[in-house]
Amino acid sequence: MKKAFIALIPLTVFLILIVLLFVNLSTHNEVLPSPLIGKKIPAFEHPTLYSNKTLNQDDFKGEPWLLNVFGSWCPSCQYEHPLVTALANSGRIKVIGLNWKDEAEDADRWLKRWGDPYHEILVDFEGDTAINLGVYGAPETFLIDADGTIVYKISGVLTQKNIQQELLPLIDQLSDREVSL
Amino acid sequence: MLASIGQFLLILSLVTAVVLMLVPMIGYFKNNDAMMRTGRPLSYLLFVLTLATFLILVSLFVIQDFSVTYVWQHSSLALPLRYRITATWGAHEGSVLMWVTVQALWIAAVARYSRSLSLNQISRVLSVLGIIATGFLAFVLFASNPFEITNPAPLDGRDLNPLLQDFGMIIHPPLLYFGYVGLSVAFSLAVAALIGGQIDEKWIRWSRRWTNLAWAFLTVGIILGSWWAYYELGWGGWWFWDPVENASFLPWLAATALIHVQAVSERKNAFRGWTVLLAIIAFSLCVLGTFLVRSGSITSVHSFAADPFRGIFILVLLAIYAGGALTLYALRVNQLRSRDTINLESKETMLLANSLIFITSTFTILLGTVFPMIFDALGKKISVGEPYFGLMFFLLMIPMAVLMPLGAQLKWHKDQMSIAIKALIPHFFIAAVMTIAAYFIFDTLNLRATAGVFGGFWIASTSIGQIINFPGKPNAGFVGMSVAHLGVAVFLFGMSMAEHKDVEKDILLKPGQTTSVSGYDFTFNGVESVAIENYQAQQGSIQVSRQGQEIVELNPQKRFYPKQQQPMTEADIYPGFTKDIYVSLGEQINSQGDWAVRIYIKPFIRWMWFGGLMMMAGAVIALFSKRSKRQELEQVDQVMQQRLGLS
Repeated sequence: MKKAFIALIPLTVFLILIVLLFVNLSTHNEVLPSPLIGKKIPAFEHPTLYSNKTLNQDDFKGEPWLLNVFGSWCPSCQYEHPLVTALANSGRIKVIGLNWKDEAEDADRWLKRWGDPYHEILVDFEGDTAINLGVYGAPETFLIDADGTIVYKISGVLTQKNIQQELLPLIDQLSDREVSL
Repeated sequence: MLASIGQFLLILSLVTAVVLMLVPMIGYFKNNDAMMRTGRPLSYLLFVLTLATFLILVSLFVIQDFSVTYVWQHSSLALPLRYRITATWGAHEGSVLMWVTVQALWIAAVARYSRSLSLNQISRVLSVLGIIATGFLAFVLFASNPFEITNPAPLDGRDLNPLLQDFGMIIHPPLLYFGYVGLSVAFSLAVAALIGGQIDEKWIRWSRRWTNLAWAFLTVGIILGSWWAYYELGWGGWWFWDPVENASFLPWLAATALIHVQAVSERKNAFRGWTVLLAIIAFSLCVLGTFLVRSGSITSVHSFAADPFRGIFILVLLAIYAGGALTLYALRVNQLRSRDTINLESKETMLLANSLIFITSTFTILLGTVFPMIFDALGKKISVGEPYFGLMFFLLMIPMAVLMPLGAQLKWHKDQMSIAIKALIPHFFIAAVMTIAAYFIFDTLNLRATAGVFGGFWIASTSIGQIINFPGKPNAGFVGMSVAHLGVAVFLFGMSMAEHKDVEKDILLKPGQTTSVSGYDFTFNGVESVAIENYQAQQGSIQVSRQGQEIVELNPQKRFYPKQQQPMTEADIYPGFTKDIYVSLGEQINSQGDWAVRIYIKPFIRWMWFGGLMMMAGAVIALFSKRSKRQELEQVDQVMQQRLGLS
């Protein structure tokens, strides 16, 4: 009898381990909370790609907006581009592009090919603003309210799911707030 | 087109593996010779199919077929040919396919070199290997298919991660996989034996050589990984206790315990259950490691794209393989009775002690690796790092180093502890004197370094003593053991010196400025821009000299790969027998060309890897043991006679 119990020890240890791994797998998330959420967007000043202006953070005050970090060199940006386009065309929010570390020529060719849904495109050739925003890699998308406070951030591509479940409810909230003000 | 053929061959491989998993095993239970005989041809077929599949994936990279998702994600037009080939296993999908291909190679080798096993034994072993191959092939096909198509195809790919564009990456993963997968042979044998309810010396003798070979591959794979991290990651470390490194180290520790216990159980009817259990643990840890790396459960520098579905899939495989094997173990182990008694004062006892030390180390490190996950499940984030692993491992290796020479000294079966200890006492004094000498030559050593250096001298001195005093002509088994143990000594010495006597200097240098580190002068001659293959680099020029004598010009680089927008630090190293001089570039400080430069002097660091290579060599030498070859031939004769007698 005692021997039979000893023989069961390895299996028991293993089962505990498996349960632990399973629990971990279902609860674990890689979401890295951005320390910038709830703070003002860092100050910036960038030329735009097409409109021959230089814009800073204050130029966007007055209504909520979405900052989409992209580059022509980034295949995932191309992947999410139809969704960015749909979101911009829906008119629910103003979408600003941050063209990150890109040659103007390449960006232009890319936008001609895949379409330009952006209200304005800021050119961050040196990547300074991206660094201030703590961008890990393109694409990343920031939701900013009418006062210039960062409300939400999505690292990686936009998907139907995160637009529907995360972004749109927040956008609606922001618009409501604006109306009630 | 080619991708579709690859896809088709992949499906065929899976079907073949399923047949291999079922038919010979059913044949065994029905006692049907014809069905059991299908095991060998099916194994060869499986290997041919998976190899063809793998080669098709390689060709897709070579011809730059960007319609294949996996290809454009990890290659680009600018990527040189050699890295296009190695990009095949540079990311998740391809590396799992490579794993399966290597697995199939082992299966085919087992089928080919198993004349000493009887038909009903080998059919079970091949079937169990078939179960493993089926699981991983299904994983490739359903959760990580490298032949998926993107439509329309992008014009250019995303390029391979610059870290992986390196010689070390070409050979490190394949060798590691040879080791991981090789352990599946010992596992299959253990499971096959449990299914049959008996295990004898012949089985263990047969599986021991496969385990040795797998262990050798695992050793050299880990060493290459360490060497690669040292020169590629640019911060001079060689082991980080990173979860993924642990994932390769855990099976190595368990396999080390296994090969030592097998030395006993192939000679005697003893430790049978323990041998079987260790074989199961060693391979299960390989699968667990795969899970940890591929599921994104842990954060690591090696991380592959995290995908919960893949995580679940591997977890299910792990549950089937290890859970199934351990259930069988629980049911059957008491049938594998060990009849021979073991004397306390014998080599056998020492080998058992060895396996206990190594398995304790295994679980200590496993605990440290999964501990953050326990906390994660409770909603807290902690990380367990070098302080825990370094200290625990140091403590556990003390009894290992103390007992190793004693185990080698004691005779098989029955000996007297007092006589063995008496024989070792002179070596204790030799080691002590050498350690004191080292202490003064190297201008003081801290506690851990002193202990490590002493351990190295102690093992080296006793091993050499045992070689000199060996009665008669040394056999391959003894030579292999001595070489491996001397490797441990060389490793301990190198590691202690490199870890505790290294000199590190971060300094701001202006062009033309000279700084001095440990008696060497480093003159910074500025940084120039160069364009090489698919990257641009800021290349520094640093002249190293000693007392006015020029030694070498080092050219560390700060590389920039435009495709991936990723900077890379490429250190330059002047390797030496007693020390490495290691220089890497930090950041450019201002527009006048001033740079932050990092200079390391790493004493004896090469000894560490050389010691590892000696361990590997020892395992390989032991394969050529005449004793085991003679016994194997006897076994082959027996099997033949049985077959003749039956027919």
